[in-house]
Amino acid sequence: MTRPGSETAARTLPPLAAYALALGDDALILAQRLGEWVSNAPQVEEDIALANIALDLLGQARTLLSYAGTVEGAGRDEDDLAYLRDDRDFRNVQLVEIPNGDFAVTMARQLVFSAYQYELYTALLASDDATIAGLAGKAVKEVAYHRDHATQWVLRLGDGTELSRARMQAGLDRVWPYVAELFDGDDTTAQLPGVAADPAALQPAWQRYVTSVLAEATLRPPEPRWRSRGGRSGLHTEHLGHLLAEMQHLHRSHPGASW
Amino acid sequence: MSETEDRDGRHGWPLWEVFVRARRGLSHQHVGSLHAPDAAMALRNARDVYTRRGEGVSIWVVPSSAIVASSPDEKDSFFDPALDKVYRHPTFYDVPEGAKHL
Repeated sequence: MTRPGSETAARTLPPLAAYALALGDDALILAQRLGEWVSNAPQVEEDIALANIALDLLGQARTLLSYAGTVEGAGRDEDDLAYLRDDRDFRNVQLVEIPNGDFAVTMARQLVFSAYQYELYTALLASDDATIAGLAGKAVKEVAYHRDHATQWVLRLGDGTELSRARMQAGLDRVWPYVAELFDGDDTTAQLPGVAADPAALQPAWQRYVTSVLAEATLRPPEPRWRSRGGRSGLHTEHLGHLLAEMQHLHRSHPGASW
Repeated sequence: MSETEDRDGRHGWPLWEVFVRARRGLSHQHVGSLHAPDAAMALRNARDVYTRRGEGVSIWVVPSSAIVASSPDEKDSFFDPALDKVYRHPTFYDVPEGAKHL
């Protein structure tokens, strides 16, 4: 059985397309995860906040996936890339695909990921690629708010009650093994000097921000005994397949369906 | 958060009134209310609930408990006396002939 957008095809993407795809997949998969909170958040106000953040990410994903398709030049549009690839063809880090867990786990991930995206888009403001730099200019403002939102919650839950502190710490412990992967360089970024941001170079500023938030929240930076690898080359947790089944089902059952 | 626990609203989150200024030069208008654990979160919730379609450039949030409201029972004594004082409207007065610069 042939799969649409097979693994080989994804591997032979031009570096710029692969880079846009990787960043776009991060945003797309996290948008889908955050969407799961709608109607399930602790408060209706928080439902709306998380949906807003998810829609910001979805907007970033649309720009990046469309651009990846354009650069690839094989006629794939954003919908083809979002809905017709299988899990091995997705290039997102594993952090964004793991299940939401409780609200503290989601806030731990939001803190880690939005702080990373903030440094990423800040660096990409100076990208030689006009599309990437343009996207970064719009997205950095969105992500600054995402980071603030997560920070507010981590501070309140961490420096809150005994129970909220324990659960916030457990949330950090859950997501921390997936953090190191954010800063792994790969062939794609190495081939795009001046265009891509070197992931490793983002870590010091990220570390300073997150460390200061955790200290203020009286939380302990976890020291995980293992770390995830391989999302950028298509190696994913079992959770991504389930997420894609839900996200892609409608489009695959009714190709081209719209409203 | 403990200060406001069980004071009002769901899960102990107090209610806040939200005022949004649509653009410079206009005054803040009451747009609705929401629940939030404290003032900083109330501002952020207000941003998400009431300004996500570009409705505003400035937000105020005020604890609903800080609002002192007139009572419906006092409606007659508060407001009825104003209804028959036509001389309080400028249109009641004729402009005298020869008055300039009015």
